[in-house]
Amino acid sequence: MAFNVDLVMKGSEAHLTLSGELDAVSAGALKGTVETAAGNNPTKLIMHMQNLSFMASAGLRVLIFAKQKMGEQVGITLIGCQAPVRSTLEMSGFHRSVYLQDAE
Amino acid sequence: MEEKRIDFYPTHRHGEFKLRPGRPFPYGATLVPGGVNFSVMSRSATACTLVLFEKGENQPLAEIPFPDSFRIGNVWCMVVFDLDAEGIEYGYRMDGPFNPQSGHRFDRNVVLLDPCAKAISGRDVWGREPDWSRPFPHRGRLVFEDFDWEDDRPLELPLEDLVIYEMHVRGFTRHPSSGARHPGTFAAIREKIPYLKDLGVNCVELMPIYEFDEFENSRRHPETGQMLYNYWGYSTVGFFAPKTGFAATGRLGMQVDELKTLVKELHRQGLEVMLDVVFNHTAEGNEKGPTISFRGLDNQTYYMLTPEGYYYNFSGCGNTLNCNNPIVRNMVLDCLRYWASEYHIDGFRFDLAAILGRDPSGAPLPNPPLLESIAYDPILGKCKLIAEAWDAGGLYQVGSFPAYGRWAEWNGKYRDDLRKWLKGEPGLAAAVAQRVQGSPDLYGWNGRGPTASIDFITCHDGFTLYDLVAYDGKHNEANGEGNRDGSDDNNSWNCGCEGESADPDVNALRRRQIKNAWALLMLSHGVPMVLSGDEMGHTQRGNNNAYCQDSEISWIDWDRLEHNPDLHRFARAMTAFRHAHPVLRSRDHVRNQDFVGSGLADITWHGTQAWKPDWSGSSRALAWMLCGRHAKGGTVQDNTLYAAASTYWEPLDFELPRPPEGRAWHVAVNTGMPSPEDIFAPGQEPRLENQSRFLVGPRSVVVLIAK
Repeated sequence: MAFNVDLVMKGSEAHLTLSGELDAVSAGALKGTVETAAGNNPTKLIMHMQNLSFMASAGLRVLIFAKQKMGEQVGITLIGCQAPVRSTLEMSGFHRSVYLQDAE
Repeated sequence: MEEKRIDFYPTHRHGEFKLRPGRPFPYGATLVPGGVNFSVMSRSATACTLVLFEKGENQPLAEIPFPDSFRIGNVWCMVVFDLDAEGIEYGYRMDGPFNPQSGHRFDRNVVLLDPCAKAISGRDVWGREPDWSRPFPHRGRLVFEDFDWEDDRPLELPLEDLVIYEMHVRGFTRHPSSGARHPGTFAAIREKIPYLKDLGVNCVELMPIYEFDEFENSRRHPETGQMLYNYWGYSTVGFFAPKTGFAATGRLGMQVDELKTLVKELHRQGLEVMLDVVFNHTAEGNEKGPTISFRGLDNQTYYMLTPEGYYYNFSGCGNTLNCNNPIVRNMVLDCLRYWASEYHIDGFRFDLAAILGRDPSGAPLPNPPLLESIAYDPILGKCKLIAEAWDAGGLYQVGSFPAYGRWAEWNGKYRDDLRKWLKGEPGLAAAVAQRVQGSPDLYGWNGRGPTASIDFITCHDGFTLYDLVAYDGKHNEANGEGNRDGSDDNNSWNCGCEGESADPDVNALRRRQIKNAWALLMLSHGVPMVLSGDEMGHTQRGNNNAYCQDSEISWIDWDRLEHNPDLHRFARAMTAFRHAHPVLRSRDHVRNQDFVGSGLADITWHGTQAWKPDWSGSSRALAWMLCGRHAKGGTVQDNTLYAAASTYWEPLDFELPRPPEGRAWHVAVNTGMPSPEDIFAPGQEPRLENQSRFLVGPRSVVVLIAK
């Protein structure tokens, strides 16, 4: 399934909605969107992950990029990670650098 | 803006690939803006080709010969632009002479692993049968260095304060009883950090984690059919890459992140990380072994060769890395610096380190450049350096390893003397007295101090602590070598019955002996090292050489915690006792004199009669008193401690020296008593009724505290 990412600013929060499969090819698109979001100087980065079915290591690299691009003061929240994505985050330890939140 | 630098535009093309001359440093493959810098060295190769694969493919994606103008000296370096860093694997073909007699074994039919590859694919999931038809199974992968360390750095705990816990990454949590979500991996160790912290160890020493091949010499047991692996991994494929199969994320290529996360989390919880590193040989074996990397890149440089071009074998594993060749020396240094800086590793234990002091023909050097360089290297300036100070070629340097004020040693004499003492051999009192005060006979003559001594009674190599008191001889049949492998020199005693026993007296004695060992280790000056699982009575069923056992023999069975709660309780409390008493953790050797005016020497020796130690050949009793006012050279105050150890089979009545004025003896430890009266928590120690005598039980250790 093709990867898609949408960016919406809600006040000072940047909301990214991800869907499909985030692999090495599609990671570039996410990286570009993160850069755009960073340009708005958000106070929070909220990523809606409910419809993301797969994340390769390239996807994780973008999350690391986001963390470093935004700076420590900008919290990154991942909402509704599917089990395989969550597992990847936990095994690699990246879940300690972001907030994981269940879908509402 | 780096990406717009004019000197980073492509200048050459090879088909669709855009290139420019690379930089020789650093060796290996490094991400640079817009591309990857590849750099590889060979003194005798005549040409070099970069071979790129799409991940997992058998046939190369491209072969890009390095243009002549891209070679600087003996280094080929090239930037390739627009590579998919996530999806590429790489290697090299080297042209050059094949003339073994002169040391050259070039073969351009082989795609060689980069010796500096920072991640290696091919054994991504532990134990998964490889596709044997796949050419060049070990391939380099590109690594991002974007890990978020936050404020982490190596802990730099004082060496004398460490309690080292030696573990096998897989064996620690592979057993189903571990309850780990990702058994046998770096991620699983992370889950066990609270356990380690509770036990009181503050340094984990990981058995080899550099990429190795568990299928090297793998085979089935001729009778049982059990698969036997290269489980321990003392056989390096790549020095710069973590073992992919140890990572739960290895199949995703994220082993680097997973290991760094483990290190960061251990640091956060106050535990250091030490690596057991194997620089004495490689996985390529002798002339009959596979060509993976070094042999095809520059055989004459990397290996010690006989005048006829065969491999010297000081490692017992087929070849010997040519460590004091300047190029190899630099590689070893670069490797250690990389792990110290990029992975925040706190220290290194060097396997068969005596080899690191041999010259290219194998002769021991009086002033080995490699050991000196490591000792003086600024990046390694705060790393712990520990030598296994012997090799398989007969060089035994315990007490004489070239130290340069930095190197500590696995104290093999500590292990041997303590084992003999524990089993009750007579006449060991004088030797044990040396060992418990940090072996001044070995390390005092040149001012190295007790921290030069890594004290241990068990390690991965040999019996576990439980097996040390349950087996007289080794039982290695499961290794498929007719029980011929493994050491016969174990100094073990089965307490009256070989193997498992239903006799309550035998089992009680074994438990006591285990506690005696743990107590003496934690009472000794020097740096204690324990073997993972010993705290819960882990057994390998008498196997003293589990190098090939990826099985229940080697995996820690966590159910032993439930079966042996008293052993675990004792180990935990005894470790806490050591941490609570700085008088046990001295940086300098005792002086046998009172240098703070306390009225007591820093250490005094006793026997069944106070002030009269029995150093005779029939002695099985020893006692010593450590003056608390001399703790840490008199800089901190501690309680005065008195320890009595007896290996006699009947109780012995010990006359006690008087405690310091105004203090009374309290019982902290008495292994002669059943749990929970074998050890008391701080503040709970009962006051001794008779302050002048103590009846020490058969084969027991007693510690009194003056307060």
